[in-house]
This record gives sequence, structure tokens and C-alpha cells, in this order.
Amino acid sequence: MILVIAETRRGELRPVTLELVTAALGLKEAAGGRVAVAVIDADASSFAGALAVAGVDEVLAVSASTPHFEAHHTQRAVEALIEAEQPALILLGHTIDSMGFGSAVAARLGLGFASDVTAVSWDGGPIATRGAYGGKLVAELDFPGHERTLLTVRAGAFDPADAAGAEPAVRPFDVAFDPPLTEHIEFREAATGDVDITKADFLLSIGRGIEDKDNIAQFEELAERLGATLSVSRPLVDAGWMSNARQVGQSGKTVQPKVYLALGISGAVQHLAGMQKADTIIAVNTDPDAPIFGVAHYGAVADLFDVAEALEQHFA
Amino acid sequence: MKVVVAVKAVAALDDEAELVDGDTAVDPDGLEWDLNEWDAFSLEEALTLRDGAGDGEVVALTVGDEEAQDSLLACLAKGADRAVRIWDDALEGADPLAVARVLAAAIEPEAPDLVLCGVQSSDAVNGATGVAVAAHLGLPHVAVVKRLELEAGVATVERELEGGLVEVLRIRLPALMTIQTGINEPRYATLRAIKQARDKPLSELGLDDVGLDAARVGASAGARLRRLRHPEKGEGAEMLDGSPEDVAARIADIVKERMSA
Repeated sequence: MILVIAETRRGELRPVTLELVTAALGLKEAAGGRVAVAVIDADASSFAGALAVAGVDEVLAVSASTPHFEAHHTQRAVEALIEAEQPALILLGHTIDSMGFGSAVAARLGLGFASDVTAVSWDGGPIATRGAYGGKLVAELDFPGHERTLLTVRAGAFDPADAAGAEPAVRPFDVAFDPPLTEHIEFREAATGDVDITKADFLLSIGRGIEDKDNIAQFEELAERLGATLSVSRPLVDAGWMSNARQVGQSGKTVQPKVYLALGISGAVQHLAGMQKADTIIAVNTDPDAPIFGVAHYGAVADLFDVAEALEQHFA
Repeated sequence: MKVVVAVKAVAALDDEAELVDGDTAVDPDGLEWDLNEWDAFSLEEALTLRDGAGDGEVVALTVGDEEAQDSLLACLAKGADRAVRIWDDALEGADPLAVARVLAAAIEPEAPDLVLCGVQSSDAVNGATGVAVAAHLGLPHVAVVKRLELEAGVATVERELEGGLVEVLRIRLPALMTIQTGINEPRYATLRAIKQARDKPLSELGLDDVGLDAARVGASAGARLRRLRHPEKGEGAEMLDGSPEDVAARIADIVKERMSA
């Protein structure tokens, strides 16, 4: 059996859940022929419709005792589900919420475990593929000695399953919760600022490679010259040089422009998650092994300042 | 206020890194070591909390071989009071759950008020070790913290969610948190502090010093590395060659063509 742990936030099923369902259905026969999706939410059974995917056998509805995700409660619920259902494979999204409890479940129950997995196959047990050395290499992992394995799967690694089938059977699953160990105060949206980079057709995006705050002005000018909107990768926001409103990536904005021109961005996973669906990606970086070249359509190993200077001449 | 900061020396591949041992490891000659970027932020947060409390101790702790020594010295130079390095050759290539088991065994006798870890390491990018440590220690935990304020033993933290959303929550100490980059501005060590760091206590422990042995650590591992490989090319970018002028000319052509399409 494969157990998918759904992720919900503020009444919505998060998209990674249907990607996990795709991953689970691909391994269903090999892993024992049954796929169940567990929803841990204050209103768990309401998500059955959103999980109406042909091949999903059952929705396990855990009625959460807190209105929002609480890491320790979710951890407790997932442990109880694993102990009761004995799945061979447990799939979570490699998301911020899962990072709060996934490895804790694996450590406590002694499960096979890998995180940020990009592909899974089956050979007597799961075989997981993930990045290594900052994504410059690919690692293939297996889980000898483990009857059960928990994997957190990278968002976007699988296409979402089509939730257009018959509504699966819903089975309530009771969990005895202790009092929560954290207290939710509020959700807060990041400041949006005066620019919406998700609406731009052409993004000129700069990263750590620009080296110095004083160099930003030059790229603001270049963006204007090119008719592009300036966006940035996380380190420039962390350094306080640019506003979060211009940040592309998991914790910033997900963008899908016609052209994404990345200068000096090596392409951390969290950045790639925010821009890999752009129509055309062009990347300039001095490191020939920069992960961004793995998703770019065009790449150049070059000094970004030299290229930027020469590029200006082509846009009068 | 006693804060334990679990840190890691991370390995970056240089251009000529070669796979060895039946493609299950990288030739050490092709690796460059440095303190994990996230850990500079978690250490800074610990130092700030200690200094704000007026007294206390910051202990930097790592699981690593001799390559990790410089990263620990860097932590001492930045202001950690002491450092602990735990190593055994059986830990070579250890997965996050095995490392978490060792870290937890070393942290437990410290009985800290707070354990801080980076969200992830820049080489393995597991985002898993810290929370697994919390599981072993039975500590309440929050992952991916981008703001932390402490008052009377209760921390108010901001948890960074996807898409710019933030959750504000409260958690009582003792607790473990994984710290996100950008939470503060990590300090640089002065030359004087770098010199003095060598005089600060740095203990080197083996597995038996923390009550473990290779078999028990091996049993807590979650995964085995079958092999490493280079990413398949083909799917990758079409490379634009030539001088910066040539590259710029091609980029200009591509941009103009795509934007008019």
C-alpha cells in the first residue's frame, strides 16, 4: 500500500498533493496495489472531491484539532496512520509544512527516508533519485532493511493527477491528539510593493553574481533598456538589497514569463521551482556546472558584466 | 540562556571533481569545504539571543571529519563560546537520520534552552536533519524560521511559507528551530577573533563518548547511496559560445524573436 499525505492550507488542497497522487499511481501495482490519501485538516472529509482521481482507493480523513497546520499534531497523525495502515511507501511533498515533521516521523518510527526526491522507481522496494552536491550530481538511493519508506517529493517533479473521477470512499481515522505544542497567531502576506513580477512578459533576473549592492543600479538601467522587469534571486533579498516583491522562487513569486534572462543566478532548487515554467530561459553564469543550465533553454558560461555591457548595445 | 547550534561543513564540487568508489563518492581532491551558509545565520541568531539575555553560552556542534575543523573555528571566531566535533569513520557518507541520531546524543547532556540548526545544507539540501534531532530529543520544534523573538521563555516566530506567506506562531522553550537565511545579518570575524578562536575550547568526541556505536548509528540510517552520477545533459541548455559580444548578440536575437512571437 502507498499512503499519500495530502497538504492543505486555509481550506485549499495544495497542488503538490495531486502530484504525489501521480507518483503513487505509477508505483501502485509494484507496491501492493492500493493507494490511500490521508487528509489531516479540521474539515478533512471536505477534500474528497478534490481527490477524485481514478486509481485512488480511499481517502483517510483525520479530523485535526487545530484550525491550521500544527507540525506536532500532523506528525502524530502520520505516525498513527503508518502504524495502523502499514504502508510500504509514504509520500509527502517536500514543502515547508513537511519539513516541519517528515523527518521526525521517519526518525521516530525508524523508516527508510529521503527528502526532495525527484523520481521514484521500484525494485523490490523504492529507489529514489535526488540531487547531490547542491544539484551538481544526481544520487540514487535505496532503503535496505526498511519495510516502510517515507519520501518527501519535490513540488513540480510529477504532473498533477486529474481529479475528474468518481469520489473515493472516505474513511474517518481517529487520532488521539495531545495539546498542540505551538500556538498559531496569524498568517501574514509578504509586502507586495509597487511591482508585480508575475505579470511581466520579460524578466531580467539577477542573483549573487552581481556581487555588490552598488551594481544593482546598472541592472535596473539595463532592464529598462531591454523593456524587461527586474527580478532577483533570494540572496539579494536576504542581503536587504531588494524587496521581497521582486523575489523569484519558492518563498517568493512563481513566474512564467515569455523570456526569463538570468544573470549570475546559479539555480538553487528553491529558485528553479519559481521559474522553470518560463517559455524561454536564458542563463549566463561563470560556473559551467551551475544547476540553472539544467532548466535553461540557452546558456552561456561568461562574465555577466561583460555580457550585460555588450547586450545594451543591441537595444537602442 | 544556553543555545546549541548544530552546524555543518559543506562540500562544493570544483570543476574537475571525479567520482570514485564505484561512483558512490567524490574524490576528496575535488571538494572545497566551507561553513554551511544557513548555519552562519543560525549561529548569528544564537549569538544575538545570548547577548540579549546578558549571560549564557553558545555551543557550536558538528558531525564531521577534520575537514570540518575550520568551520568550527569560524564559529568560535564569530563568537561561539565552545565547539564540539563528533566523528567516527563509520559516519562517512552518513544520511540525515544517522547524523541526527549522533547530534541528538551529543546535545542531550548539554540540556540547552534552545537548539538551532540551518534549514538545510547547501550540499545535501535535505532540509531534514534538524527536525529529526528534535524527534530524538523529544523537543518541540519549528522549521524554516525567518524571525525569532524571545520573551519569558516563549518564542514568537515567523515561519516562512511558500509564495511569500508567513505564519506567526508561539512556542515554549526548550525547543528546536531550523533557521532560514535572511533572518539576520551574520557578522564577520575580526582577524583578532580568528586568532583567539584557537584558544577557545574545542572538544573532539568519538561515538562512544556520546553513548553510541557504529552499529546503532548504522541502524538509524534511512537510506543507502547506490550511486552518484552527473545529470543527464541533452535536456539541458543549448550553450552559446564565443566572446561576450557574440553571446550578447545571440541573446539579443533570441529575446527579440521571442518577445515579438
